[in-house]
Amino acid sequence: MKQPNYDNSELNTETATGHLSAKRIPIITVKNLVKKFGNFVANDHLTFDVYKGEIFGFLGANGAGKTTAMRILCGLSSPTSGELMVGGYDVYKQTELIKRNIGYMSQKFSLYEDMTIAENVRFYAGIYGLSRQQRKEKEDRMLKKLGLEPERNKLIASLPLGWKQKLAFSIALLHDPQIVFLDEPTGGVDPITRRQFWDFIYEAAAEGKTIFVTTHYMDEAEYCDRVSIMVDGRIAALDTPDALKEQFKSEDMNGVFLQLARSAQRTE
Amino acid sequence: MIKVENISKSYADVQALKAISFSVEKGELFGLIGPDGAGKTSLMRILMTLLLPNGGRAEMAGLDVVKEYKKIRRLVGYMPGRFSLYQDLTVEENLSFFATVFGTTIEENYELIRDIYVQIEPFKKRLAGKLSGGMKQKLALSCALIHKPEILVLDEPTTGVDAVSRKEFWEMLKKLQQQDITILVSTPYMDEAGLCDRVALMQKGEMLSIDSPQQIVDNYDRPLLAARSDDMHRLIQDLRQWDQVKTAYAFGRFVHVTPSNDRLQPDEVKAHLEKRNHQHVQSSFIKAGIEDVFMALMASDSRSTQSQSQSNEVKQV
Repeated sequence: MKQPNYDNSELNTETATGHLSAKRIPIITVKNLVKKFGNFVANDHLTFDVYKGEIFGFLGANGAGKTTAMRILCGLSSPTSGELMVGGYDVYKQTELIKRNIGYMSQKFSLYEDMTIAENVRFYAGIYGLSRQQRKEKEDRMLKKLGLEPERNKLIASLPLGWKQKLAFSIALLHDPQIVFLDEPTGGVDPITRRQFWDFIYEAAAEGKTIFVTTHYMDEAEYCDRVSIMVDGRIAALDTPDALKEQFKSEDMNGVFLQLARSAQRTE
Repeated sequence: MIKVENISKSYADVQALKAISFSVEKGELFGLIGPDGAGKTSLMRILMTLLLPNGGRAEMAGLDVVKEYKKIRRLVGYMPGRFSLYQDLTVEENLSFFATVFGTTIEENYELIRDIYVQIEPFKKRLAGKLSGGMKQKLALSCALIHKPEILVLDEPTTGVDAVSRKEFWEMLKKLQQQDITILVSTPYMDEAGLCDRVALMQKGEMLSIDSPQQIVDNYDRPLLAARSDDMHRLIQDLRQWDQVKTAYAFGRFVHVTPSNDRLQPDEVKAHLEKRNHQHVQSSFIKAGIEDVFMALMASDSRSTQSQSQSNEVKQV
């Protein structure tokens, strides 16, 4: 091979100071979140903050309690105890306001396959109570940005998965929410589209949106500003990817994750 | 053990498989690596005699998948992507059902499944529908193995599974391989390619490359650089806008750069970025991984299709 010898360890990993260090305004605050189902403690005293404009990675083994916590933060389920504020609203009393101020997208549920692109946009705009004028503006701008204008009357079913995911993400931002929850948004997507999807995430964060994301791809954990790793219903670690790698003496996030998740007692 | 010659499959106007050929040796652990829509499931279903191809031919253990499908079914074990055991039967009932259908008993082949089955045996009276995802996966694998198949076919067994369980699952496959079972497994996770003896990289019904994972990365003969700085988002943008750069994609904390000029040096990348006020800049040559190769092959593939469609347009005009 004509390339000179290389060694990844040459690239030492000093702790990076991202764009966050300047201002840290908490937009999600969680204090002692407990959620029980009968005797089973799904979330065992979770305490953490998520800052405005941050990309927050929410990781954990299957069954660690991620989905339960995420449902609570989205106002879909009530905690057993604890103090939680999401976008300035209380998760006990103001769930409707929370829902209006967040966006949500998952791999499993995104768009209606038997409706066209334009119909899906109109449907979600209607749900979020956007006016006709607002909807028209947003729809045009979004489809132009995505390069989907010529396809606006095509059925979602006819789009490749990567395009569906990008469109679903844009639709999750349609009502201009403060926070977007992404539940495994890139599962099964090809490696180029996966990275284009992350370009979208970075862009939204740069515009001040807060991104709360779960993933099984450990390289994506590295793209987050901070990462929390749940084990057996608790937060076992929470820091920047660089600090976690340093703390667990690991070259990558996969190594950090394996060390923590291997100690798990619970399997789902 | 598996022989595929020019297999094609179409659904309405979608060509799921475009005249694919490859073969798998006896005792080999062979991986089909590719995203959703690559054609992995269609290919597996044809080999499992559950779907008829539109063209080409294929053999499993020397038997034709169309003409001799009945004989093939006795010789193969299949774990489909979607959980397809009987949810309203218990763990034990499911296993004994599959054993009976294949004219055997759990006892007769217990040795083969023991390592896997002991992990779910404490729950053998539980309904399969009430099992956790990880346990369902182990039961499905036990059921696929209970008749001691010569070939085991697994459709995305690790999709949606966390990193620890994925690692354990691959350890189970390695053990089965030692028992002389030929294994064909599909996955969308590029990092799992390294665990196979040979892999086929698949995209849109075509095979981009078939070789050992080591050979695939060794065959990549273009220079590749890694760069990092404190601001990932701006780093990617600045690199993409530079005329020396062909592609720039995030890989963890680094951006992998394929240069448009093969002589581009890490020092030049560093200088360019520092001029644009990036902090803590690092840059060096690196060796390509499977995912780098896959992306490079994808790009050259779509470019050839693009130029094809462009030439078609010209013809129409």
